[in-house]
Amino acid sequence: MKNIRSKIKNFFITIFKIPFGFLMHTIDIIMWPIQKIIGVRNMPYIFLLPNLIFFGLFVIIPLGVNVAFSITGGDELLFADREFSGSKHYNDLFNCESYLNPNTCKEDFFWRGVYNTIFFVIFQVGLMIFFSLLTAVILNKKIIGRGFFRSVFFFPVLLSPVVVGLIWQWILLKNGILNAVIEANGGDKFSFLTDPGWAMTSSIFVSIWAHMGFYTLIVLAGLQAIPPNLYEAAEMDGTSTERTFFRITLPLLMPNLLVVFILASIKGVQTFDEIYVLTGGGPGTSTSLIVQYIFTTGFASSGSVQNFGLAAAASMVLGIVLLCLTLIQLFLGRNKETKHQEI
Amino acid sequence: MIKYFFKAISVALITISLTLISAVSFAATDVRIMWYGDGDKENVPMQGQIDAFNAANPDINVILDIVPYDAIMNTLPIQLAAGEGPDIARVTDLGGLNKYYADITPHVANPQYYEDSFGPFLKWYRKAGDTSSIHGFHSTMTVTGPYVNKTLFEQAGVDLLGPGATWAEWADAANAVASKLDIPIPMAWDRSGHRVSGPAVSMGAKYFDANGDPKLVDDGLKAMTQMLYDWHQDGTMSKDLWGSVSGTKYHAPNDWWNAAEVVFMMSGSWQIGRFANEVGDDFDWWAVPAPCGPAACTGMPGGNALLAFTANDAVGKVMDYLSSKEQLGAFIGEVLAIPGHLDLPVDYQTDDPNAKHALETFAGAVPTIDQVAFDLQAHVDNRIMFNAIISRLGQAIVGEMSLEEAWVKMDEDVEKQLKEKYGG
Repeated sequence: MKNIRSKIKNFFITIFKIPFGFLMHTIDIIMWPIQKIIGVRNMPYIFLLPNLIFFGLFVIIPLGVNVAFSITGGDELLFADREFSGSKHYNDLFNCESYLNPNTCKEDFFWRGVYNTIFFVIFQVGLMIFFSLLTAVILNKKIIGRGFFRSVFFFPVLLSPVVVGLIWQWILLKNGILNAVIEANGGDKFSFLTDPGWAMTSSIFVSIWAHMGFYTLIVLAGLQAIPPNLYEAAEMDGTSTERTFFRITLPLLMPNLLVVFILASIKGVQTFDEIYVLTGGGPGTSTSLIVQYIFTTGFASSGSVQNFGLAAAASMVLGIVLLCLTLIQLFLGRNKETKHQEI
Repeated sequence: MIKYFFKAISVALITISLTLISAVSFAATDVRIMWYGDGDKENVPMQGQIDAFNAANPDINVILDIVPYDAIMNTLPIQLAAGEGPDIARVTDLGGLNKYYADITPHVANPQYYEDSFGPFLKWYRKAGDTSSIHGFHSTMTVTGPYVNKTLFEQAGVDLLGPGATWAEWADAANAVASKLDIPIPMAWDRSGHRVSGPAVSMGAKYFDANGDPKLVDDGLKAMTQMLYDWHQDGTMSKDLWGSVSGTKYHAPNDWWNAAEVVFMMSGSWQIGRFANEVGDDFDWWAVPAPCGPAACTGMPGGNALLAFTANDAVGKVMDYLSSKEQLGAFIGEVLAIPGHLDLPVDYQTDDPNAKHALETFAGAVPTIDQVAFDLQAHVDNRIMFNAIISRLGQAIVGEMSLEEAWVKMDEDVEKQLKEKYGG
């Protein structure tokens, strides 16, 4: 019996070995002369080449194309049909009598998008950190059904942003589920999505609901990395729960919270799809964020001129903002590593 | 032995190659149509006609890609700009995409049929100076105009107004019905610059200067937009409808209308089939003549056309088939639309008296359409003006800017977009 099993095992190993061996031999045939020509020391570049090609094709070239679009004008897509316009689109974006009043700006929709995004990011990120921390602290305790609750909080992260937007639209519409419940209890209907103030509040809430699970997971990992003996020592000293939290938990969680802050900020600046589905950017432009401006200017003009150049210029500005945030993240990350090495 | 083996292999390879080549040569030519429909009411009859065509023409394979209206407005232009568009599409931005239309004159059986049947509309598709190209045909003609919930008027004891009634009088009547019956929305409009434009022309809007160049804001447009703004402030119109989206996004108040929460709805003839289907006998609905302003009592003409982006015999054959009196008549009769064909007897497939009345009303409105409205519809850049109206008026209504600021921005938007498009 054992013999038969061993034979079957060997048979399958041989089956898998044939194509693998063939592949390795083929690679060897190609690599051997290359190594002969360029030498062993330069071989890493050859192995990096596939990745570099993909990076070039899908990052560097599109970036170059975007820059080229931003300095050319017209509504044509092909460069041969577009006219060089220099910094015109950048000038248009920053042409404002007063930056505090978008109505005085030539591209007032851009500035409304900028202000809405800033407002959105400040509140969304702030509340996201607060609720992620709160949830992680609760989920770190020994409560009944802890695994279940961890899954429940993480589940929205798995949903597509369009699904998130549609689900919450059904709930928050004037004739939606939430208003039906409010009305059934004798209350008046709320304009959750059609009153400017409420629409932004709803958008922030929905965004937090959709992404909180991911950040909770990061904070939870941080909480579990805190040595339990610190808590035991604090307990023996009779330290209050609040003091333990503010003197032990929070300081030791800071690196994780910084990561959450930076990642959530980057994600917040890029927010588009779920809010676009939820409110369409309305009412007026009260929930129209900067990415929606880029999308509508370049691609969803409903028959108006598709201003690819202006959209490209705006996305360059957005790219610079994101680059700054990423640099901060890198700086903080390196700082953390250096401190760890010093310890 | 080996010699024979290689010989056999060679023969086999040649045979396979020839078979493949002949298979490719005799494969049916694909014709891809990008189609948006007003639900199954339009999609099913069109798919039926396409299936019948495919069955009768094995050398042509027509593929009907049913897409949302947004895809026609936003995705199609990008596809065309990238050279990746369909062969035929159902289009509403008739002049805006004219640089992509293909001239199918040599590929249709009888070009004169198109001139005789769709003559006035063909110029809507053509580039400036072009008087002869055939790009396609008008699938349905539309006229904008209002509907009223007749049952609510009867229940409230308010008389329906007749031809010649003004916009202000209709607003008063709708408010009277709503207040008597506690209806939440007296008046609702499609959120569309096209819908605003007929009434604006009635109020005296000209849209063009003396040279025929776009000039959006004048006293007529100001009067109509002021009226719309005021209606949103005094509750005649609900901010929940136009406020639920932003920018140039189209929004129709059908859900509220179907739930009998709207007394008066400004939309157009394309809703007839949908209302007949969705409202059924829940309440009586009537189309009423376009309300008047000091300059006219007009709606906007419009419609959608099946237009070609590829010129070949297969596309020509498909166009001939779909535009034929037999097929177009059957389609129009089933979807309850106004034909864009000048000589098409239609047997409407409905017993609904509301739908029959609405069809008569809208068909009767065609001769009363003002020339300014026709010129506006025919203008290649009309969408730029429609979009400027709706996005800026929407902002004023929710309080992001004053109406005076909105008027300034409307003109700026039009000027800016025309500069981007034409340079200068």
